[in-house]
Amino acid sequence: MDAQGELYRQEAYELLDTLENALMELEQNPSDMEVVGRVFRAMHTIKGSGAMFGFNDISNFTHTIESVYDLVRERRLDVTPEIISLTLHACDQIRAMLDASAGGPPVETGRTSSIEDAFKGYLDRDTDGPSEAPVTEEAAAPVSEAGCDATWRIRFRPHRDVFANGTNPVLLLGELRGMGECSVVLNMDDLPGLDDLDPEGCYACWDMVLTTGEDANAIRDVFIFVEQNSDITIEKVDREDAPAGDPAYKRLGEILLERGDVDEADLEKALSSQERIGEILVKTGASTTSAVTSALAEQEHVRSSRTRRLASEEASSIRVSASRLDALVNLAGELVTVQARLSSLSARRNDADLLGVAEEVERLSAELRDISMSMRMLPIGTTFAKFRRLVRDLSAELDKDIAFIMEGEETELDKTVIERLSDPLVHLIRNSIDHGLEPPGARTASGKKAQGTIRLAAEHSGAHVLISITDDGAGLDTQAIRAKAVEKGIITPEAVLTEAELHSLIFSPGFSTASSVTSVSGRGVGMDVVRSNIEALGGTVELTSTRGKGTTVTLKLPLTLAIIDGLLVTVSEETFVLPLSAVVECVELTETGRNRTHGRHIIKVREEIVPYIPLRGVFSIAGATPKTEQVVITEISGRRVGFVVDRVIGQHQTVIKSLSGLLRGVEGISGATILGDGSVALIVDPIKLAQHADAASCGLHAPRGAIIREKASGLCTP
Amino acid sequence: MSKRILSVDDSMSIRQLVQFTLEKEGYEVVLATDGRDALEKLRGQRVDMVITDLNMPDVDGIELIKALRTDPEFKFTPIVMLTTESAMDKKDAGRSAGATGWIVKPFKPQQLVAVVKKLIG
Repeated sequence: MDAQGELYRQEAYELLDTLENALMELEQNPSDMEVVGRVFRAMHTIKGSGAMFGFNDISNFTHTIESVYDLVRERRLDVTPEIISLTLHACDQIRAMLDASAGGPPVETGRTSSIEDAFKGYLDRDTDGPSEAPVTEEAAAPVSEAGCDATWRIRFRPHRDVFANGTNPVLLLGELRGMGECSVVLNMDDLPGLDDLDPEGCYACWDMVLTTGEDANAIRDVFIFVEQNSDITIEKVDREDAPAGDPAYKRLGEILLERGDVDEADLEKALSSQERIGEILVKTGASTTSAVTSALAEQEHVRSSRTRRLASEEASSIRVSASRLDALVNLAGELVTVQARLSSLSARRNDADLLGVAEEVERLSAELRDISMSMRMLPIGTTFAKFRRLVRDLSAELDKDIAFIMEGEETELDKTVIERLSDPLVHLIRNSIDHGLEPPGARTASGKKAQGTIRLAAEHSGAHVLISITDDGAGLDTQAIRAKAVEKGIITPEAVLTEAELHSLIFSPGFSTASSVTSVSGRGVGMDVVRSNIEALGGTVELTSTRGKGTTVTLKLPLTLAIIDGLLVTVSEETFVLPLSAVVECVELTETGRNRTHGRHIIKVREEIVPYIPLRGVFSIAGATPKTEQVVITEISGRRVGFVVDRVIGQHQTVIKSLSGLLRGVEGISGATILGDGSVALIVDPIKLAQHADAASCGLHAPRGAIIREKASGLCTP
Repeated sequence: MSKRILSVDDSMSIRQLVQFTLEKEGYEVVLATDGRDALEKLRGQRVDMVITDLNMPDVDGIELIKALRTDPEFKFTPIVMLTTESAMDKKDAGRSAGATGWIVKPFKPQQLVAVVKKLIG
């Protein structure tokens, strides 16, 4: 039995007591109408509230009794001792029904029917009164033409006195706007001068053109309370499933004529002259400016809606197998590579004709590459839509009320990126629902709406896509995070960290502040995996949070995986590419600087100590170390790691070629690319190299952050 | 400032349901047990809407609506009546008295919210 039902039961028992007392009184004074009123009201409430809270048997039973007492109230029936006895039996029966609903003995339905029939007998005797069956279900909704958008012309003219019953017509306009594309034009033609104006009167009239999938009844329902004191016309003027044909729609004169805003004869006269029809009609007083503006709005509205339809009808699409698409993208990439060679050759030869051709080829191959890559782009909306179900199921499981808003579903991303985004997004949404959003009770207690909101949004930003998950939940608890981090040994108790640094601790492996492991999350393997997944895609993860207000996680992803912006570097004769998205700066490393740190691979950059990995050493490249080397400092997983190379050449648009089977397992190399001169450059995977270095230095897989910090402060003996 | 709604009904379970439903949507709810209680509670207070049962002892719904419409403070306040299918004549009386809209009992909580949103946003 739920709380509401229990409340009703209590109330019903009390009402039955009141009822019985009233019946006793009525027995002594059978013509006392005040007592009859009390009896009627008690029955009425038992019936009405019963239906509200699901006690349909009680509601149906009392309906007949109520009708009988209604007759008594209207003096169409006299109170007799029999009626009083019958009503007292009815009270016992209602009590039995209430008892049964809480697990008491089942009701004798035979008794129910016989009492009811006895009451019905009194009703039948009264031939004037109609007997209505109680309606406990909603009336069946009228059959509607589901699904198809149509455009409607709606004229809403409230009567002068519409404000007197508390109506605000403007809210109705808002309701219509919520049903679809709606253009609204106000008509103030009826507004008189100040002398004749009644300040409490309504002189406005509105013309609306609404494109919606709902049917005429739904539109009429908007006006349900004002139907009787306004003039409303609703007509269909266009259907979305009719062929767009000529987008021009009706002419202005036709629209005005249909609306009754112009007289046929006047329209004819105006048409036969040269001026614009609208101007003429206003000038000659055949119609008003408001009416013309309004009709023009309808014309425009349907015209643009039809043009849109036309465009989408002509655009067609074709299925292509993913492997063919990949082959095309691959070829386009190869073309770019060969074209680079052509360009550098022609530059060296300094042949004007050749240079011209090379430029042409460069332009064409760039365009080909762009188009072929765009073919792999899909709107992210398909992935987003899956999450609706997830949110619904999770919020039900955790007893939370959550609204899920999606924005930017049409934003396009590379197919592979979308596929690999799915898991991280699921995890982030689960986090929001499980840890971020509070249960409805806690929310109302702190003045928030009971319903929480999760917003999933995607948008383009330069060469990237930004995907954000925002919730209006409790935000990150920095105290709890700090405590957990100290407990897990990720930071020392004395460590001083800014709020942002504390927030980023949640990305550490094995971290979770959920005190109990729920089936949904709390296992603590999530955020670091999310981050490494996103970084593997060449993207970044950022997090902002305000305690009490909510949290936003933003993923920044490149538009494509096949080509990255790379930084070309050399070590001896070998050329490598480092992903530019991870690079923050380059500094010089002199011999003196190297020696100063006594063999430890660290360098001081401004006030920060940054560990480095010499590529020469990692890849065992032959050749002597130059006196001055370059350290390319990258930011990976929130911390800085440098890679030492001989020279930094510069930025290079890198078309990624995967390594063949033999070499694919090599840790630290994520692919290769062909340079303009035909040589091969390996693409370095800084994340893997850093992990490798961590594991190697202390012989075990400890949390990365701790190791790097300890290494830097010399506490860890290699 | 959240909108304030006065709920008038002699049935405690209905009053509680209305309060629970509307407070969840962010409205502030004031309760009264019948017309007289309602007029008492409205003294010196602003409300943005009144939801009232029609069948109440002492001062009933129709009288309450009439009283509110003659008070300049509440002349234009949206008033919703709770009616039953079998008492449509009362509903008409309510409309003549100046009620803005109605909800038929039994109603689902979402219907209540929809009507409130329609009349005060």
